[in-house]
Amino acid sequence: MNRDEAPALVLKDVHKSFGENEVLKGIDLVVEPHEVVCLIGASGSGKSTLLKCVNLTEPVDSGRIVVEGEEITAPGVDVNRVRRKIGIVFQAFNLFPHMTVLQNITLAPREVLKLDRKAAEGRALELLERFGLLDKRDEYPDRLSGGQQQRVAIVRALAMRPSVMLLDEVTSALDPELVAEVLSVIKELADEGMTMLIATHEMGFARDIADRVCFLDDGGILEQGPPEQIFTSPEHPRTRQFLQRIIAAGRL
Amino acid sequence: MTTRGTGPADALEPSPGPGRGSKMLGGRAVLVSSVSTVLFFAVIAAIVVLAPGSEVVAERFFNPFHLRQSFLGTESEPSVAAAFLLNVYIFAISEVLILILALVIAVVRGIPGPVFFPFRMVAIAYTDLFRGIPLILVLYIIGFGVPGLGLGFFSYLSDVTYGIIALVLVYSAYVAEVYRAGIESVHESQNAAARSLGLSRWQSLRFVVLPQAVRRVIPPLLNDFIGLQKDTALVSVLGSIEAARAAQIYGASQFNYASYVVAALLFVLITIPLARFTDRLIARDKRRRQAGAVA
Repeated sequence: MNRDEAPALVLKDVHKSFGENEVLKGIDLVVEPHEVVCLIGASGSGKSTLLKCVNLTEPVDSGRIVVEGEEITAPGVDVNRVRRKIGIVFQAFNLFPHMTVLQNITLAPREVLKLDRKAAEGRALELLERFGLLDKRDEYPDRLSGGQQQRVAIVRALAMRPSVMLLDEVTSALDPELVAEVLSVIKELADEGMTMLIATHEMGFARDIADRVCFLDDGGILEQGPPEQIFTSPEHPRTRQFLQRIIAAGRL
Repeated sequence: MTTRGTGPADALEPSPGPGRGSKMLGGRAVLVSSVSTVLFFAVIAAIVVLAPGSEVVAERFFNPFHLRQSFLGTESEPSVAAAFLLNVYIFAISEVLILILALVIAVVRGIPGPVFFPFRMVAIAYTDLFRGIPLILVLYIIGFGVPGLGLGFFSYLSDVTYGIIALVLVYSAYVAEVYRAGIESVHESQNAAARSLGLSRWQSLRFVVLPQAVRRVIPPLLNDFIGLQKDTALVSVLGSIEAARAAQIYGASQFNYASYVVAALLFVLITIPLARFTDRLIARDKRRRQAGAVA
């Protein structure tokens, strides 16, 4: 089997409920290698839940998720091994406050991938340098700005060399003036060919970076297509309504 | 009473300038607090000295000869100072064992999953039981019960060993709860972040959750250990001659209680460094957080 031919990520009829509340009502989605897919939609439309299911943070109720040809929702699959292939960055950074930047980044490579200290630090320093954070290597997270913390969180996920990156509203907790530095990092990753699934409220960013935009509404993908199409001539009235509200709020 | 007007109330008033105002206030505050301190102790001293039985008490409790002699010991009475080394020994051993056992109990109590239900039950029952029984009763039950069981080696341990076992059993139940509070204070998102990087549940606990939890509970832990230092005196009920017991022996044969004062001072002396150490840790933690807030 040729790995390059297999889609990076396939979701087939994924359902997820929290109690009575069905959040995902049958999601079908294919992400090709090196593709950047943005998930847009109102709060509560299921974007974050979808990412959590792909990361196995939340178990799916039914349906299948396949990463690089391997079904990760199969019973008995090693959750920890699957997660190594999937990097996730959260809205709230979630850096480890008792560790320096360098320790944050090298923890998983050392303990999970069993790299020795030198190799793990080499990998971390390389990434820090690339994203202009080398001088912050020995700082504690509390002493960094939100934008710096989020960039460190991205580097921490990248240090595991994941094949897919999931970004969950990574700029939502940031002051407006700090958003750009984080977005430029993501842009750089996209240019390098990183496969990414991004939940975002930044419509301008989604339009710039995405190969494909999916509009989620009420637990399903209502409409998807290239950003030009979704943002200029959306087919579905719900999509138009959502985008009109975004434009009215000055966010596009 | 004279300090009422200064201190916290003044601290709340807007300071006129960063340097000048606070310095003047500082000078006045020092003067007022000095006067207040002197007055306070003068009143206490007056009450003690003027009390009808003050001369008798001074003779019974503060006689310099007996203070010195009980400290050093005589041919027939044990030295309170030497006996106090037993308290230090009991404390040092118990402390290490408590830190380990309590952590195990706290971690076991937090393991999720139906398979571990019996383990969780045992941990809960343990803390409920040993927090509920007075230490002195646990000492009697362990110290007189276990030898009576005729369990070979386990029934022929020294009184001190049974005392340490009882202290460890009781204090571990308290300290486990302190640890548990610390573990639960670490936000679930920290665990989620660790797991998302591929760390196992155990690795996440060991590298991410526990280090943060332990840091947060160091002040209450040290507080419990100050209590433990004093409770080492209770081991004497099993017959061990530690400082409080040695003081009692001295008092009973010399009809002078200066030995109790000596023992009390020794306990205070060993507690103060631990208390100051706790203060310093709290201050350091606060400083670090504030430094973070500024940046």
